[in-house]
Amino acid sequence: MAGSMSMGSDVVAVLPEVLLLVGALVALVGGSFTPREQQWRVRLVTVAALVASAVAAGFGLASPAGPVFSGTYDVDTATGVVRLVVASSTLLVIGLGVEEVAGHRQESETYALLLLSSTGAVVLGGAADLLVLVVAFLLGSIPLYALVGQARTGAAAEGAMKTYLLGALLGIVLMAGVTVLLGVGGGEAGYAGLTAALAGAPAGAVAAGAVAVLVGLMFKAGGVPGHFWVPDAAQGASVTAAAFLTTVPKVGALVAVFRLVEAMPAAVDVQLVVAVLAVASMTLGNLAALGQTAVRRLLGWSTVSQVGYLLLPVAVVGRTDLAEPALLFYLAAYAVTNLTAFAVVAALPGRESLEDYRGLGRAHPCLAGALLVSLLGLLGTPPTSVFLGKLLVATAAWDGGAGWLAVVLVVNTVASLGYYLRWCAPALTFATPVDRSPTVRRWAFQAATLGGVSSILILIVVSR
Amino acid sequence: MLSLVIFLPLVAAVVLAVARGLPDAVARWAWVGVALVEVLLVGVLWARYETPAAGTLAFDEQVEWIPGLGASYHLGLDGLSLPLMALTAVVFAACAVYALRESTRPRSQAALFCFLQTTCLGLFAAADLIVFFLFFDLSIVGMYFAIAGWGHGNAQKSALQFFLYTFLGSLGLLLGFIGLYVASGTFDMVALAADPPLVGTGVTGGLVLAAVLVGLAVKTPTVPFHTWLPPAHTDAPAVGSAVLAGVLLKMGTYGFVRIAMPMLPDAWRSFAWVVIAVGVVSVVWGALVALAQTDLKRMVAYTSVNHMGYVVVAVGAAGVVGGSAEEARALAVTGAVTQMVSHGLITGALFLLAGVLHRRTGTYEMSRFGGLAGRAPRYAALFAVAAFASLGLPGFSGFVAEVQVFAGSIAAVPWTAVALVGILLTAALFLRALQRLLTGERGPASAAFADVRGSELVAVAPLLVLATLIGVLPRPLLEVVEPASRAVVALVAR
Repeated sequence: MAGSMSMGSDVVAVLPEVLLLVGALVALVGGSFTPREQQWRVRLVTVAALVASAVAAGFGLASPAGPVFSGTYDVDTATGVVRLVVASSTLLVIGLGVEEVAGHRQESETYALLLLSSTGAVVLGGAADLLVLVVAFLLGSIPLYALVGQARTGAAAEGAMKTYLLGALLGIVLMAGVTVLLGVGGGEAGYAGLTAALAGAPAGAVAAGAVAVLVGLMFKAGGVPGHFWVPDAAQGASVTAAAFLTTVPKVGALVAVFRLVEAMPAAVDVQLVVAVLAVASMTLGNLAALGQTAVRRLLGWSTVSQVGYLLLPVAVVGRTDLAEPALLFYLAAYAVTNLTAFAVVAALPGRESLEDYRGLGRAHPCLAGALLVSLLGLLGTPPTSVFLGKLLVATAAWDGGAGWLAVVLVVNTVASLGYYLRWCAPALTFATPVDRSPTVRRWAFQAATLGGVSSILILIVVSR
Repeated sequence: MLSLVIFLPLVAAVVLAVARGLPDAVARWAWVGVALVEVLLVGVLWARYETPAAGTLAFDEQVEWIPGLGASYHLGLDGLSLPLMALTAVVFAACAVYALRESTRPRSQAALFCFLQTTCLGLFAAADLIVFFLFFDLSIVGMYFAIAGWGHGNAQKSALQFFLYTFLGSLGLLLGFIGLYVASGTFDMVALAADPPLVGTGVTGGLVLAAVLVGLAVKTPTVPFHTWLPPAHTDAPAVGSAVLAGVLLKMGTYGFVRIAMPMLPDAWRSFAWVVIAVGVVSVVWGALVALAQTDLKRMVAYTSVNHMGYVVVAVGAAGVVGGSAEEARALAVTGAVTQMVSHGLITGALFLLAGVLHRRTGTYEMSRFGGLAGRAPRYAALFAVAAFASLGLPGFSGFVAEVQVFAGSIAAVPWTAVALVGILLTAALFLRALQRLLTGERGPASAAFADVRGSELVAVAPLLVLATLIGVLPRPLLEVVEPASRAVVALVAR
């Protein structure tokens, strides 16, 4: 009796996840019974599921339930933030993609896939157990392959293929790592008991297992060494899918990495591995982005570098109290800022290269403003929220005894100026606009404006 | 009250930016109106200002913002910041009047400069490092658009170079701020000055100071970080140059007295000789390079490097504590602050006058002019006054500032007398510029040169009148500055 009682309250505790999953199933099944011109109903269901999930997440955040389902899942502040960020990001993605997706023959499938992958991302972030981690990884990844490939173009097919191959490979690496950790830890899978169980195990084996899991998660985060798919997918997929896959999976994956590193015994310096991956991600992402002329490819590489910055607080887990708030704040700030940039791209269909944005400031001042806010945001200039995020992660790194990481972050930020400005500067000159698309997509336009405004508002009303 | 003064231009900027159908004339006059209201408001602040007790600020405002980081929205004024607030208001008002004859997108320009004014005022009033940094970076973004949008010549490239350089510097500054925070747990400038962290830590303190110094040196700019300045000025519009040289450069030197000296006293004393050396080199190098220019605006730009060099020498000398009287060091700091105000007024005027040349003829090349004194007597008079004020003739603010700088610095560090060469060189180069522009044969560009009139006169003359007033009656200014410089010197000597 007691068991079923607690089971019931556990289900209530994960209501946001349940709502996402139910929404996905309704969208999937309901979509097949809805005529194509009536598919907006499915969109309504999806939006309702996301809003309900966000509201439930808000209540959950106010009074975190703690570990549920025998400690395999942790409903704490971090999970609460992940739920909120994922739900609101997916809402923004749907907003910016209305025109692109509406009337598409797979409209309802798109919504179902978005919701399923969101569920995976949230569960990944909340997982406090190696086996739940594996399930969440698969739940989050498999819809991604379909989302990338949906555009049905050659580039989309290539992107989907790359995503699939890398996802499959790194998924296996992740599972191998989990197996090793289970083996040397005497079958202990929950993070709560893992630290103690691994304390006596051979450090080499623990390190190998932890690194393997870490590398697997880097596929979802889109950081080195699991980053190869990101630029291709961002370029080849629809703008909607590109915006989603460069934002939402990262949110869950980075919190998952945080929890994993936290659970490792002190004898194994996983933090150092994370630091190396952070440096590699930001450096490689920035250097590769410097040479890009296609906007979505450029944004793809830029997200790789952002993962590097996001890994900074993870590299000092357990060494400073700032690590967790820094990571969570940066994640929220990054999500809204990155989506703003994609919303601008979505609002101006047909503009694929940096040159196409010349003179945008004259033709569409509002969109140019949103672009400016998002790119300066990704760069980390005040008054955008990513500035505070960068400040927090750099401070956390320095406070955690890794001041050199803060220096690397600053050097990389300088390098990133090169490409953010290369996009921004011609867009804001008063030169004669290149008029590729006289029509601006209204919904995407609204999403861009909303994103730009909230990217600044987050900074002003931050109350942590 | 203080927040109102700071954010009023921002509100105006938003309104101007949104009101797309606004007639150009209304936009121009709206900017003038806002700028004059700001002058009035700052005047009220000055009238109500009383020197705050040690370790506190006048007009203090503090609102909780990011408690987790020990950062708050904290503003306040003292004798170092109030004169610069006033300078900002005056220079922007002069620019607003000068821009009454602007024909290129006047509404956007007015909005942009109102925004810039908020960033400048906010920076000087900031009492929290994060707030300071926020305004510091925003001023860079604003100035980038001012140069790129209204500049001439190679404006895009110069604007980009300006942005890259100063943004790089700002990141150094940010690193230094993070270092201060990690050592102390707060970003509050009052708290950091009262209880400086990193005292006696040697290397760490030195590194943090180095990061802060690089950031400020780029903005000031000092040799060897000055290379962004001449192209930025040459290609900027006249009002952009006036604001850049008159106000934005002061952010760097203000940072020395506001942040580097009181918050890192230990490291400042250890590295004071580096600061002095950089200052002396800036003074001499800036003057020498200015001497070699044939382009008037480039020449004025290089004299900025020279004039800011005096400030750097003075604040460096204030860090050499052993063997000099506290009064001498306080005198040097007072001279430094006076020099900031003086340079802001005079260089603002010089750049606006250079802008008049460009408006009429499209060139700054001095060899194309000549004989302007007969053709345009009012212009000649204004230019001559500005040039003599800039070279430090007694009776003008530059003299008051430089006398104090040298009296204080040489008493503390005798070999700073080397920098006196700079005064000689500036005198030579300004006299030569006067000769080339105003006297001799009429050059090809002087032929149809119309004299200054109306808005141009109203924009430039008050700047020069103020510079003269400070030169003749410096007491009102010095009474505000002196207590603050004594406080800074005492903080450095801890």
